[in-house]
Amino acid sequence: MRPPRNYYVRTFQREAGMLSRVADNLYWMSRYLERAEHTARLLDVELQLWLDQSPEVGAGRWRFLVDALQVRGMQGRLDPLQLAETLVFSRENTSSIVSCVSAARENLRHVREQCSSEMWQQLNKLYLQVIERRPEKGWILNSHELFRSVQEGAHLFQGITDGTMSHGEGWQFIQLGRYVERADTLAALMDTHFKRTAHPTDQPVDSAEYLGWVGLLRGCAAFEAYCKAQTAEIRPLRVAEFLILNPELPHSVRFSVDRMNAALHIIGDLTERREKIPSRIAGRLRAKLSFSQIEEIMEGGVAAYLESIRSECAEIHSAIDQIYFDYSIEAELVS
Amino acid sequence: MTTAATSIRPNVSAAFVNYHLASAYDEMFSAPGVAREHYRALQKTLLGLAPEQLRRTQQAADLTFLHEGITFTVYGSKEGTERIFPNDLVPRIIPAREWTRIEKGLAQRLTALNLFLRDIYHEGRILAEGVVPRELVYSCKHFRREMRGLNVPRDIYVNICGTDLVRLPDGEFAVLEDNLRVPSGVSYMLANRKVLKRVFPSLFRDYGVWPIDHYPQALLATLRSLAPENAAYPNDPTTVLLTPGVSNSAYFEHTFLAQQMGIELVEGRDLLVHDNLVYMRTTAGLRRVDVIYRRVDDDFLDPLCFRPDSILGVPGLFNAYRAGSVTLANAIGTGVADDKAVYAYVPQIIRYYLNEDPILANVQTFLMTDDTHRQHTLENLEKMVVKAVGESGGYGMLIGPQSTAQQREEFRARILAEPRNYIAQPTLSLSCAPCLIDGEVESRHIDLRPYILMGDKITLVPGGLTRVALRPGSLVVNSSQGGGSKDTWVQRNGDRSTGASAA
Repeated sequence: MRPPRNYYVRTFQREAGMLSRVADNLYWMSRYLERAEHTARLLDVELQLWLDQSPEVGAGRWRFLVDALQVRGMQGRLDPLQLAETLVFSRENTSSIVSCVSAARENLRHVREQCSSEMWQQLNKLYLQVIERRPEKGWILNSHELFRSVQEGAHLFQGITDGTMSHGEGWQFIQLGRYVERADTLAALMDTHFKRTAHPTDQPVDSAEYLGWVGLLRGCAAFEAYCKAQTAEIRPLRVAEFLILNPELPHSVRFSVDRMNAALHIIGDLTERREKIPSRIAGRLRAKLSFSQIEEIMEGGVAAYLESIRSECAEIHSAIDQIYFDYSIEAELVS
Repeated sequence: MTTAATSIRPNVSAAFVNYHLASAYDEMFSAPGVAREHYRALQKTLLGLAPEQLRRTQQAADLTFLHEGITFTVYGSKEGTERIFPNDLVPRIIPAREWTRIEKGLAQRLTALNLFLRDIYHEGRILAEGVVPRELVYSCKHFRREMRGLNVPRDIYVNICGTDLVRLPDGEFAVLEDNLRVPSGVSYMLANRKVLKRVFPSLFRDYGVWPIDHYPQALLATLRSLAPENAAYPNDPTTVLLTPGVSNSAYFEHTFLAQQMGIELVEGRDLLVHDNLVYMRTTAGLRRVDVIYRRVDDDFLDPLCFRPDSILGVPGLFNAYRAGSVTLANAIGTGVADDKAVYAYVPQIIRYYLNEDPILANVQTFLMTDDTHRQHTLENLEKMVVKAVGESGGYGMLIGPQSTAQQREEFRARILAEPRNYIAQPTLSLSCAPCLIDGEVESRHIDLRPYILMGDKITLVPGGLTRVALRPGSLVVNSSQGGGSKDTWVQRNGDRSTGASAA
């Protein structure tokens, strides 16, 4: 029997847009988790390097870490226990691993009904895991496991998110948060690194510098990928090119900006706000990265280049905030 | 079993050695060691499990609750501690014929209470005829004069109700409280079921238990049936759940229900009112809202109309409500009908509007405004339970037999100062049921909170939340006061005509 005419005509359609507060929470949840993962990875890498280096060099590396993670208020001599407090366990430092995982969980807790229950369970589990740990004497030598579990927990969360949540607008805001944060933290890390090394050349580095460059690659989860692409011979210029301009490496600046741009486009379509500012700025940044050459960047100064990327990320962030999260009601009512 | 504490024969089972029958009605045993028919299969299962096994099963269930974040927030402790709501693994079983009666009784009661609310906010016939004293209604702090003459969709004020029932020593169920404002706990009912199905799959199947998983759908259908006439799309109203926010003790439930219903969970700051229309702020701009399932108390809904210091509400919401452009469920002002002094009149209210005898009895209630009642209460304070009329959640109570002389003096003074604010009831012997306490089965007092939905029709999901007073001998089942809960199984018994809906 045939169904009557118009039987399958849609009787209703979900309207465009999601709650601004919810989008805001998902975006920040994702940023915080990305930051926690980044901090855990850098700490893990530094820990490995520290074991290989002389005490004097080691102390310098802690300072590097503090700068790369932009931790304020840490002057003078740094001792590992104090670092533990600040970078891992501190509640005052809003960028510590515990603070970031807690903030990510708190953001998700506010919008629990928007994510799958599997996502919530995973993030909640990660949270319970990190708040259980306490800094003790000699903690850092035994912390590899903690740093691994934060990174793994974050990866698991991403996998669960991709596998269990609809890839709709909320998911796109999660992508957006992750890649805005990633582009910014990577640029900050490289900036700190390049400021401390000689002008990058296309020559293999000597053994004294070798470890620092490997550290940078590992800090971007890129060492193995670099070896595949360029062999294990470390040439600073190639490392810079790889980390800034490679379109396939998940932890390159270019990759992050591409993804950020894609998410903004889809969000623009879904909310019928395509013409608006955030995707325009992101598009401009993307074009810049797509058409830059490393030699050119070096001529203009890599620090300046990275700083301009960071300031554009900040601009994108505030445009997202003003267009999607915190817009003026009066302007909406007249439009 | 009139005298207290008779131990059942120790050779019955290791699991039950510490199970004592008290003077209360026991849900499981009719005499020491003799289980009621509908509990026998359960008894057999429990006997087959070693204490260590029982303990492990309970721990695994607790962990599930913690990992899924099925928690509630305890007020008054620092940084709003999240706690799991203790779950007890031994199900409470209700035979089909008992449930049928409960179902009819609850439908009858809610129908009458809705007629009562319609009446007191319009003509006030029942007051004019003196069936319920006018001053009793008007002096109630939950009476909202602003609701006078306002028509609510389908004339239904209470759309979601969670009535507290207790079983008295004679085996009959009686109503202890009508919760007509923002009753909570339904998510725990659903969570308990989910866990029990995992823990006792074959037992569950053999018992033939009515399912309850459709509650969120039924709730959504109820809410959608209440769309205002001038909704943007009356056939497809935009429905939202309004929560006070993440620090509310029932926040888990709010997120759970919103997710299960597929509707937006909004906070006051997500909503705004313009030209008497309610909007929510979305990434695509402002969107109209038609039906609000609000889990925010009357007082906090609209700072322009009610408490001006409320930051949980939406300025202008009441005006939009009055203009009929948005539905609130439950309606504003329903608290007058679950005032504990008005409660005493519910049997008369049922007779007045429906011309029927109440199916479910009330608990004997003494009004402190009545001279003889008050006299009797003050002379017998150590045997009575005194309650503040407008409170819920087990706050503001005196339990006579467990009170100190000082507490009794305090309540005596309070009663004399504000007689309208208190009622008294004889200390009830709530029925007892087996509970798993550290690997052994012990007896604890319980009650029952079924959930009733009323929109275009009345819907009850079979069962409800059975709350447990986990402290030995305690009569207080509220989660905020150390209570827990257990799954409630209503048997089908082959009689498939009961269950899904009544009336």
